[in-house]
Amino acid sequence: MERQKKLTGLQKRKAIAGYLFILPFIVGFLVFMIQPLAQSLYMSFCDVQVGAGSFSPQFRGLFNYVRAFTVDPEFTRLLSEEISRMFINSLAIMVFSFFVALILNQKFRGRALVRAVFFLPVILSSGVIIGVETDNALMASIEAAVGETAASGVSVTGAIEEILKTAGIGTRAFETVFEIVDSIYDVAIASGIQIIIFLSGLQTISTSMYEAADIEGCTKWESLWKITLPMVSSLFLVNWIYTIVDFCMRSDNEVIEKISEEITVQINYGFASAMSWVYFGVVIAIIGITSLIISKGVYYYD
Amino acid sequence: MTDAVIKGGRNMEHRKVHRKESEASSFWERNRKSGGYLLKKRIREVIYKIIRVFMLFGMCFLILQPILNKISVSFMEEQDLYKSTVIAVPEHFTTENYRLAAELMNYGGTLLNTIVISCTIALLQIAVCTLVGYGFARFDFPLKKMWFACVLLVIIVPPQTISTSLYLHFRYFDILGIIGAIRGEGLNLRGSKIPYYLMSAGCMGLKNGLYIYMIRQFFRNIPKELEEAAYVDGCGILSTFVRIMLPDATPILTSCFLFSFVWEWTDSFYARMFMGNTSLLATQLAAIGDRVNKYVVNVVGNASGASVGYTSCMISTGILMVITPLLILYLFAQKGFVESISSSGIKM
Repeated sequence: MERQKKLTGLQKRKAIAGYLFILPFIVGFLVFMIQPLAQSLYMSFCDVQVGAGSFSPQFRGLFNYVRAFTVDPEFTRLLSEEISRMFINSLAIMVFSFFVALILNQKFRGRALVRAVFFLPVILSSGVIIGVETDNALMASIEAAVGETAASGVSVTGAIEEILKTAGIGTRAFETVFEIVDSIYDVAIASGIQIIIFLSGLQTISTSMYEAADIEGCTKWESLWKITLPMVSSLFLVNWIYTIVDFCMRSDNEVIEKISEEITVQINYGFASAMSWVYFGVVIAIIGITSLIISKGVYYYD
Repeated sequence: MTDAVIKGGRNMEHRKVHRKESEASSFWERNRKSGGYLLKKRIREVIYKIIRVFMLFGMCFLILQPILNKISVSFMEEQDLYKSTVIAVPEHFTTENYRLAAELMNYGGTLLNTIVISCTIALLQIAVCTLVGYGFARFDFPLKKMWFACVLLVIIVPPQTISTSLYLHFRYFDILGIIGAIRGEGLNLRGSKIPYYLMSAGCMGLKNGLYIYMIRQFFRNIPKELEEAAYVDGCGILSTFVRIMLPDATPILTSCFLFSFVWEWTDSFYARMFMGNTSLLATQLAAIGDRVNKYVVNVVGNASGASVGYTSCMISTGILMVITPLLILYLFAQKGFVESISSSGIKM
C-alpha cells in the first residue's frame, strides 16, 4: 500500500515535470498559433477595415470565399495549377530521391563527396535565394529569350520530344513526362533531405536479409521489391508529408505570392485570410487522404 | 621497430601480388568451368559502374552548374555578358561587381547583423525545442498525445496561413488587454525584433516543429535504464536532463542548430514580416535588383536603367556573397549536417 502510494507520487511528479518541459510549446502554441489561427478564420468571414489605432472586422458571412471562387479571375486557376504541380513534383521528388538513395547506399569511391553535393541544395536553395531567382521578372524575360534560341538549336531530348508528340499516342502523358524532365533541376534541389532520410532507412536494413535472399536465388531486382521497398515503406510516408509541406512553404509558390500581395499591397486582410484558409484546407485534405492511402501499404517490421 | 613494420608491410604486399596473380591465372579457368557466367557477370558489373559514374557526375553537375555559372558571371564586365563568344571564362576580368554589390547591400554591417540575429535566434530556438522534445520523449503525462498532435499541426500549417493575423497581432500587440487598458491602444511591435524572439521562445519560429520532432526522436532512443540509474543514484529530474541526457545529445543538437542557423540566414518570410528596420542579408538580397536599377539611373546617369543582363549579373553576385559564408560553414560542418539526420532515425 505504502509502495503503491509512493509510485503514484513519482508518476505525478514526472507528469508535472513533463508539463513544465513542454510549457514553452504550450504557451507558444496557444498565443502564436491557436489565437492567430482562430482570428484569421474569423477574419476570413469578415470585411476588415484597418483604421488608425485599431482594425474593425465586419461580419460578412461567406462573402470572401464566394469572391475567391467566383469573382477573382486568378485564384481558382492558380490553386488548381499549384495543386497539380505539387502532385507531379512530389511524385517526381519521391522517385528521384529513392533512386539516388539506392545509388548512394552502394560503396564506391567519392561517395562522401557525392553525398555532400546532393545535400548542398538544402542549404543553398532555401528561402530567399530560390525566390530571388524565380521572382525576378527580368530573369523571366532572359529565360524566354534563352528558350527561343535553345528551341532553334537541335538537341537530342528536343528531337525525341518532337517525335513522340507527333506520334499522337498518349500525347498528354508524354507532355507530363517531359515537364518533369524539364524541371529535373527543381526536383534535384528539392530532394536533399528526402535522400538523407531514405539513406538512413536503407542503412538500417541488415545485410543478412539480402544474403538469405541471394542464397534462395533472388535476383537484385526482386530483392529490391521484396526487401528494400517494404523495409523503407514507412519512410515513404514521412518523405511524402515532408515534400508536400516543403512545397507549400516555398516562396515561389504562386498562391502564396498572391496571398502576400493581397496583404501587403491591397491591404485586404479578410480576402487574404479566406484564400489562405482555402489553400490550407486543400493541402490538409490532400495530406490526410494520401497519407491514409500510403499508410495502408506501409509494412512495419518488428 | 619501424624496420619490422616496413618488413611486414613488404611481406604483405608481396603476398597480395602473389594472390592476385594466382587469381588472374585462374579467372579464365573458373570462367570456363562456370560456362561463361563469370565473365558475363564481370562485364555486367563494369558496365553498371561506368553508367553509375556518368549518372552521378551528371547529377552533381546539374546541382553545381548554377553556382559555377554564377561565379563566372560575377567576374565579367557588362560587355562580356552580351558577347556570344564569352561563355564561361570572362574576357575582361573584374571585381567591380563585388564592390558594387557590397555597396548596394551594405555588406559589412548587414553581414554582422545577420550573423548575430541568426545565431541568437537559432540558439534560442534549439534551447527551447530541446526542452520540449525532451519533455515529449521521456515523460508520461495526461493529454500527451493531443499535445504531440499539436506539434504535428505546427509542422504542417504553412506560416503564410496565419501571416495575416500575426501581422495584426503584433501591430496591436496586447496581453489580455492589460496594455490596452493603460495606453488606450496596443503596442506596435512591428518592425522590431521582439516579436520574433517571442515566437522563437514559444517554439513557433521557422520549422521549429521539425526540430522538436527530430530531438524527441533522438531522446526516445536513449535506453530507460540510463535514466533509472541516474534516479537511483540520487539525480533529480533536472540534473538527469542536464548531466546525463544533454551530453549524449550533442550531435543532434549541433545539427539542429546548424539547420536553424542556415534556414534563418536565408529566410525572407519572417525577416520581411518582423525585421523591417534591421537590414538582413535575405531582405537586402531581395531588393538588390531594384537598387541596381536606381544606381544606374542616378549615379551612372543612364535614364533607361540597368540592362537585363547587368541586373541578373548583379543578382548572381549578390547571391554568391550571401551564400559564401554558408558554403564555408558547410565545408567545415558537413558531417554535422548529414550524419546526424541519418543517426536520428526518423520514423513514423
